[in-house]
Amino acid sequence: MLSKRLIACLDVRDGHLAKSVKFVDTRNIGDPVAKAREYYLDGLDELVFYDITASSEGRRIILDVVEAVAEQVFIPLSVGGGVASVADATDLRLAGAEKINVNSAAVRRPAVIAECADAIGDQNVVLSMDIRRVEPSADMPSGYEIVINGGRKPMGIDALSWAKEGERLGAGELVVNSIDADGTREGYELNLTRMLSQAVRIPVIASGGAGKPDHLYDVLTDGKADAALVASMVHYGDYTVSGLKRHLHERGVKMRMSW
Amino acid sequence: MVVIVDYDAGNLKSVERACREVGLSAEISSDPNRIREAKRVIFPGVGAAGSAMRSLAASGVDRALADAFETGTPILGICLGLQISLEYSEENDTDTLGLLPGEVHRFRLDDPDLKVPHMGWNAVHVIRPHPVFDGVQLGDEFYFVHAYRPIPERPTDVIAESVYEGPFCSALGRGNYVATQFHPEKSGRVGLRLLERFADWDGRVDA
Repeated sequence: MLSKRLIACLDVRDGHLAKSVKFVDTRNIGDPVAKAREYYLDGLDELVFYDITASSEGRRIILDVVEAVAEQVFIPLSVGGGVASVADATDLRLAGAEKINVNSAAVRRPAVIAECADAIGDQNVVLSMDIRRVEPSADMPSGYEIVINGGRKPMGIDALSWAKEGERLGAGELVVNSIDADGTREGYELNLTRMLSQAVRIPVIASGGAGKPDHLYDVLTDGKADAALVASMVHYGDYTVSGLKRHLHERGVKMRMSW
Repeated sequence: MVVIVDYDAGNLKSVERACREVGLSAEISSDPNRIREAKRVIFPGVGAAGSAMRSLAASGVDRALADAFETGTPILGICLGLQISLEYSEENDTDTLGLLPGEVHRFRLDDPDLKVPHMGWNAVHVIRPHPVFDGVQLGDEFYFVHAYRPIPERPTDVIAESVYEGPFCSALGRGNYVATQFHPEKSGRVGLRLLERFADWDGRVDA
């Protein structure tokens, strides 16, 4: 059977690794290419790069980073941040990304999901969703709302209906990122992750809030996620990729344990 | 020199990079003659069976692949490359190359918790020894992304199986043709080792 995946997310700003706290403050914490190689050799299952400068500044730098990583890391690479067109997706694919994450641009113009799915295949289009908790209402029955622009702009769109719409338009996978949990290290948003995972047939990656190994266990079991995304837990050296996988394996989660 | 067959079916550069990593010099080509002359051929591909077959027919690569198979060139099919080497795919209701007898069907799963595509790392159990799979250990996992699964007609063409609800064929081959449903180029070091063995393979299988 399929193993659950451990995915590391590298937020890249101007070619450097950054990590946000509550999506606002970002700190520069090193060379993304070296980190990517280190995690790969330590058994990482998949890598995600998020270009957090992409919307406002040049895209060339992230292409160089992706290309350098693809030369030495032989696991799936996923890249997002500012992808707004098939041309953006194609550039990143040529640089070596397997999968392309679309986020804000897809909320503004949903057809970009279908266009990218046609151009590069359903399975390579990842719909990344930034989501915040709200009071359930007629407009927002699930109690979760889509936000964009790095969490700054609420869109008045219900997260559950957007997830289903994304699947229908051809997304091959969902990233469920809780803005409320992001950077807190207090655990993933289990209810949100479970609700969306049960609402779609495509794989769901849980994101935001991981602070200790049991948080990963919780979201991969109770939260019904297919993959758990981590960032600061491994970037600052508090935990290693292999250590996290071993912990999950010992608690009975099926993980890839030889590499 | 290995020729990586180019037929508008996805990103071939990751296959090229992985070949380079194991010391195998590779050329990406859609020229039928380059494929016929190649010392070995990698036939990768992601995408849909229908458009892939149209593209192969238009360029004449379909016949070049059949010729390379006939003349004993070691060929490695990957993912869609494996699928369209059988005779028929449910995807786009497509007649495919027919290098080996068999069909490709969509996963039909009863368990609502199982997702399609089958995406991620799964163990590959070698059930028939094969030089390219020499050294694959019990429990070694490879990276898969696919919604359709191959069903070779002859059980003796199955090299390896994996389990997703039930068992399915995850590698197959006969003679100088071998193919994987998973992506060795994205499967870390176990995948690179498989490519390395393909690079050394003379295209023969001990009976």
